[in-house]
Amino acid sequence: MTEALLSVENLHTQFRTEGGLVQAVDDVSFNIQAGETFALVGESGCGKSVTALSIMGLIPNPPGEITSGSIQFGGVDLLKLSSTEMRSIRGSKIGMIFQEPMSSLNPVLTIESQLAEPLKIHTGLSASAANDRAQELIDMVGIPDSKTRLKQYPHELSGGQRQRIMIAMAMACAPRLLIADEATTALDVTIQAQILDLMQEVTEKSGAALLIITHNLGIVARYADRVAVMYAGKLREVGDASDIYAASQHPYTVGLLRSVPRLDSEKGTPLSPIGGEIPDLTNLPGGCAFNPRCQWAVDRCSVEEPELIEISQGKQVACFEHASVSLNV
Amino acid sequence: MTKTSDLGSEWQLTPPLSTRLRGMLGATGKAAKRDIVLGMSISLLFLGLFLAVFAPTLARTDYERTDPVNRMLPPSTDNWFGTDNWGRDVFDRTIVGTRLSFLVGFSVTLISTVVGVSIALIISYFRILDAVMMRFVDGFLAFPTILLALALISLIGPSIGNVIIALSVTATAGKIRLVRGAVLSLRESTYVEAARAVGVPVPRILMFHVLPNIVSIIIVQATFTLASAILAEASLSFLGAGVPEYVPSWGNIIATGQGYIQVGFHISFFPGLFLTVTVLAVVLIGDSIRDHLDPKLRGRLRTTAQQ
Amino acid sequence: MWRYIAQRVLVSIPVIIMVGIITFTLVYVGPGDPAAIIAGDEATPEILEEIREDLGFNRPFPVQMGDWFWKLLHGDLGTSYFSRREITELITPRLQPTLSLGFQVVVLSTLIGISTGMLAAWKAGSRLDRNLMILAVLGFATPGFWLAFLTIWVFAVNLGWFPVIGYKPIQDGLIPHLHSMFLPVMVNSILASAFISRITRSAMLEVLREDYIRTARAKGASEFSVFIRHAFRPSAIPVATVIGASIAGLATGFVLTETIFAIPGLGRMLVDSIVRRDYPIIQALLMVVATVLIAVNLIVDILYAYIDPRIRY
Repeated sequence: MTEALLSVENLHTQFRTEGGLVQAVDDVSFNIQAGETFALVGESGCGKSVTALSIMGLIPNPPGEITSGSIQFGGVDLLKLSSTEMRSIRGSKIGMIFQEPMSSLNPVLTIESQLAEPLKIHTGLSASAANDRAQELIDMVGIPDSKTRLKQYPHELSGGQRQRIMIAMAMACAPRLLIADEATTALDVTIQAQILDLMQEVTEKSGAALLIITHNLGIVARYADRVAVMYAGKLREVGDASDIYAASQHPYTVGLLRSVPRLDSEKGTPLSPIGGEIPDLTNLPGGCAFNPRCQWAVDRCSVEEPELIEISQGKQVACFEHASVSLNV
Repeated sequence: MTKTSDLGSEWQLTPPLSTRLRGMLGATGKAAKRDIVLGMSISLLFLGLFLAVFAPTLARTDYERTDPVNRMLPPSTDNWFGTDNWGRDVFDRTIVGTRLSFLVGFSVTLISTVVGVSIALIISYFRILDAVMMRFVDGFLAFPTILLALALISLIGPSIGNVIIALSVTATAGKIRLVRGAVLSLRESTYVEAARAVGVPVPRILMFHVLPNIVSIIIVQATFTLASAILAEASLSFLGAGVPEYVPSWGNIIATGQGYIQVGFHISFFPGLFLTVTVLAVVLIGDSIRDHLDPKLRGRLRTTAQQ
Repeated sequence: MWRYIAQRVLVSIPVIIMVGIITFTLVYVGPGDPAAIIAGDEATPEILEEIREDLGFNRPFPVQMGDWFWKLLHGDLGTSYFSRREITELITPRLQPTLSLGFQVVVLSTLIGISTGMLAAWKAGSRLDRNLMILAVLGFATPGFWLAFLTIWVFAVNLGWFPVIGYKPIQDGLIPHLHSMFLPVMVNSILASAFISRITRSAMLEVLREDYIRTARAKGASEFSVFIRHAFRPSAIPVATVIGASIAGLATGFVLTETIFAIPGLGRMLVDSIVRRDYPIIQALLMVVATVLIAVNLIVDILYAYIDPRIRY
């Protein structure tokens, strides 16, 4: 098997909060192959964004801290790099875009200067060469009238356009990996599809891998090659996208899939949400964190924590009862 | 360009004023136990209040009587802070000065808060009234506080009451501007819209929906008003345009010592120390209250103190 | 952009008018008969009446006020009751000390305030930060006149490095001028720097929490670049506001400082004229000061638009 582009191993990231120590990322391991589209799915607060920030080395310390694990990227353990070394990777080998296009661009700097910035930092291009490249980048992400746009300020662009700029900025130095953290959540539905298509297009063209972080299963189905489902800081199920959809074997994944209302269901069919609430990370239930809400739970589940084990080629599940779990029960 | 938007979550139901105030008191109390500086400031303030009330009884000499034989004595066991150029005990005059400062300070704060908030609430709902009033407010605020107070005092004469009036004018203007800004932005918020949609009459909306949400701003601003009023009174008295000379005011006493700087250092030193410490304590308390109540306000209210 | 500037200017005009109205009214309704003040103690009622006619005190209030405004617009600030000279004449020689003081204080306090504020924000939470902020609080809680007193005692009386009082105009040489002004400049700068420092620090910290700072870091920008290039400009707005406000505070400070250090500037002039009840001067000075402050605020407003492109439209 070819070596993975990104290999996260036993990552532990914690936060010091007023309520206590929160294990936001609890022993998470996964691989992303070069060029693949990998989706990390889960509800708010499950730890998916923190995982992405850990990869980028953007965890604010205090109150956060990566306590153990390793992140192998391009033959190097990112967690062992000095901050200068990590900085040279950020923005050049790994790019990241965030959720809020309205506030993610600096309001007092022109589009041109913000686009040209990663180029100036990482590639040593002269100012005018960087500005030329900035224009190419704007064209690449499909914003018309690029010459005028360059001299404008972020507040003169729409949300969708700003997100395109973010993509351009992240891709400016041709990174091997693009991380999109809830990149479409704050956009109108019609724009969401455009942005996702754009992300897929630019990463395919450059051969970069794409890590999509989202709570939206619809996106996952259409764009991802492989999917990992996260709950309360731990991975619960990992596998090929088609597999996860057709034959998911973790109660949480099943619950998520079932809770999506379908156009083809009978009129009057009640919605089926997952009962209960997202757990308080400072006060987790014993055993498997999902067990209070799980319809397949047995006694063992509230005492022991299930490990993430490989049940077939490329498929991993963390559930004692996975064999009986099915979408159709 | 004061933006008092983002004042509170639009989706919250507004808890009644009494709950709010009790909550604030509790939060401050808790904070005082943890933050030693805050605790000390509050204690100092209470000490000050105690002095303000009981100082004349605590005074060991008749500090108003002049005693030229004993003039300009340095600090000693008899006169802890020494005597001034008239032979009066500086320590006694200083602690009695506490009374004046607190009197003026609290009066100005009280008047400006009550009057200012009332006016602001009323005019925020009447366009024309608002336009006219705000011109006045802007006009008054264009003057630096002390200058206006100086001019006013020169016209109406120096006395404690007049000092209070003069200082209250600018303080009220500032309060009106602040509260009006807050009310205007809250007016656009969803819960006020909801209340109006249900038919709640305007005065009720003001009392029960708007007011509880601006209380924290008002309180924080009040502490800074207190600090600046105390300082302003001292400055006015220092210039001779405040309270009459025979009334002990820290400003007065410092002014007397000014002329005798070489031999009378002690005269000006101690009242100034008291003044600094008092203002410091009030400011620190105000800071703490602001930080604990609403971190979003950090840095925005400071500009009106000490002008 | 020009529309914004024009708008700000237009808004300032009613304020200036209101200031004028307040100034004039205040003095007009004040006690004391101006004719008596001018004429002195030995005046007979006839002389008083003559003076009143002469100087137009018998005209109705709105007419007098209008006349005053009219004269102002033509640069005629009125005549002093006491010296009978044109106020404009009286003010001119006193401009230099006050302006020099003002200029030095603004420059010094801006430099000190912004640099310490940024330093504190850079090392937020550290001991340096806390110490700097403690200094800042002390800086503005300490009453200016007491601080002046202390510095005079330490540096002039005891150490003898600076003159206690005594002002040397620039014509006597730049260095002697600066030397004679050093203490008052320091005292006033401390207060203003304290304000500016605190605001700079909190504005920077607030900006550093914004999303676009995270984006800048994600691009690989150095902490230094994040600070200077990305965080400083957006935080410049509250800082500009405070600098404007501290200039207003200077007006108060100067009255006190010039009195203490015996500097023959406009502040001293105001205090003297209040003591002597020389009303035209009081009116004129208040008007001048308030107008200057309004102008300063106008400049700050315009600066906002320059700093933050969102405001231009």
